[in-house]
Amino acid sequence: MRNLFLFLWRNNFLLLFLLLESICVYLMVYNNKYHNASFLNSTNKISANIFSVVNMITEYLHLKENNEWLVAENVKLRMALPNNKIDTATQSALIKDTLLNQQYIFINAKVINSTVNKRNNYLTLNKGATAGIQPEMGVVIANGIVGIVKDVSPNFSTVISFLHIKSKVSARFKDSNYFGSLVWEDDNNPTTATLKDIPKHVVFKTGDSLVTTSFSNVYPENIFLGTIKKSEIKPGDNFYTISVRFSTNFKNVAHVFVVKNLMKEEQKKLEQETQNDK
Amino acid sequence: MINELIKQLFRFAFLLLLQVLVLNNIQFSGYINPYLYVLFILMMPFDTPVWIVLLSGFLMGVSVDTFMNTAGMHAAATVAMAFVRSYVLKLFAPREGYEFGTEPTLRYMGPAWYLSYSVLLVSIHHFIFFYIEVFRFNEFFSTLLRVLLSILFTMVLVMLSQFLIYKPRDRK
Repeated sequence: MRNLFLFLWRNNFLLLFLLLESICVYLMVYNNKYHNASFLNSTNKISANIFSVVNMITEYLHLKENNEWLVAENVKLRMALPNNKIDTATQSALIKDTLLNQQYIFINAKVINSTVNKRNNYLTLNKGATAGIQPEMGVVIANGIVGIVKDVSPNFSTVISFLHIKSKVSARFKDSNYFGSLVWEDDNNPTTATLKDIPKHVVFKTGDSLVTTSFSNVYPENIFLGTIKKSEIKPGDNFYTISVRFSTNFKNVAHVFVVKNLMKEEQKKLEQETQNDK
Repeated sequence: MINELIKQLFRFAFLLLLQVLVLNNIQFSGYINPYLYVLFILMMPFDTPVWIVLLSGFLMGVSVDTFMNTAGMHAAATVAMAFVRSYVLKLFAPREGYEFGTEPTLRYMGPAWYLSYSVLLVSIHHFIFFYIEVFRFNEFFSTLLRVLLSILFTMVLVMLSQFLIYKPRDRK
């Protein structure tokens, strides 16, 4: 017995070494055999927290790239929306054809300059003709409209903001299909617009949503415009004057999509012909 | 004693975080994975009891494993390295023995001693770790390349650390 203890004492380092190594081997085998079985992985509280804190910092460093990537992704997704496709199935077809053609494509761009506090406001985008932007294209963000492209240089373009005396867009209630024109009359208030031409008998309430109609050849249908803030009927008037809160926050518009209507020319030409026939 | 403990704890945390947050993200190529955290074992004072060195190696290895999801692999390599350290120290001991309370540093022991000491231990650690990590023999030579390049790179970092961190303390 005494010899055993002596042996253990003389070889204590070796034994500790063997013990620790066998724990390691056990950990390895156990870890390979069972998923999620031990707490010794980076999902545990300490290491996960350290990683998330560090990620917060590194994420910040990569914010720019990530934003650009997300914008590009949004463009892709946006193009896939059914709104932006036109149904090519003719009414007379017996079998319902579900083929869809792309009608709108979106070009992402960054706002490099903008104003909101003038009567006529403009934005400047960092993309131009080389990116496929042409005058009279619509400019939107994910949940609202921004304006219409005015001038284009090879690498930049200017946009007439919706905060402009000439801007006008056809808007309808999301729920009821009644439509009117949305204009920006509200002097120097970049958060509200005015909806006109809604007849007296239309029923709506504060907070209702407005979206673009299909009449415009600039904006796709069903783009969110804003919500109703308040309404009144001026004496002797048959139409409401409705104050609308923009869904677009013009003060911090940063990334926008320029909308290219692939069938604009076709539509224009056809309408022109009809007009000429009169 | 308490000071020494605090110093070692600080060094432990620093090397661990440096390893998992910085060095693990270095990507020169898939073949260079420096593991500087072994410096913790390399730098323990000469008179540290072997069982403490073994346990510290285990703790360090398990901590790195925890961050890298390699349960047991780093621990096994580091414990082996810590075990060999005591023999290497005995082997390389100067005739008059080590001075009490000193640490194996480049300045104190000289470049020739320090290089052979650290290269030997780092090599043992890296060989064990990379071969456990791969755990098959048909990638023997690519693993060997990875081991050698990583040893080289870790050694560069180890030598750098000797010039960077411990300058004022070792001036005698």
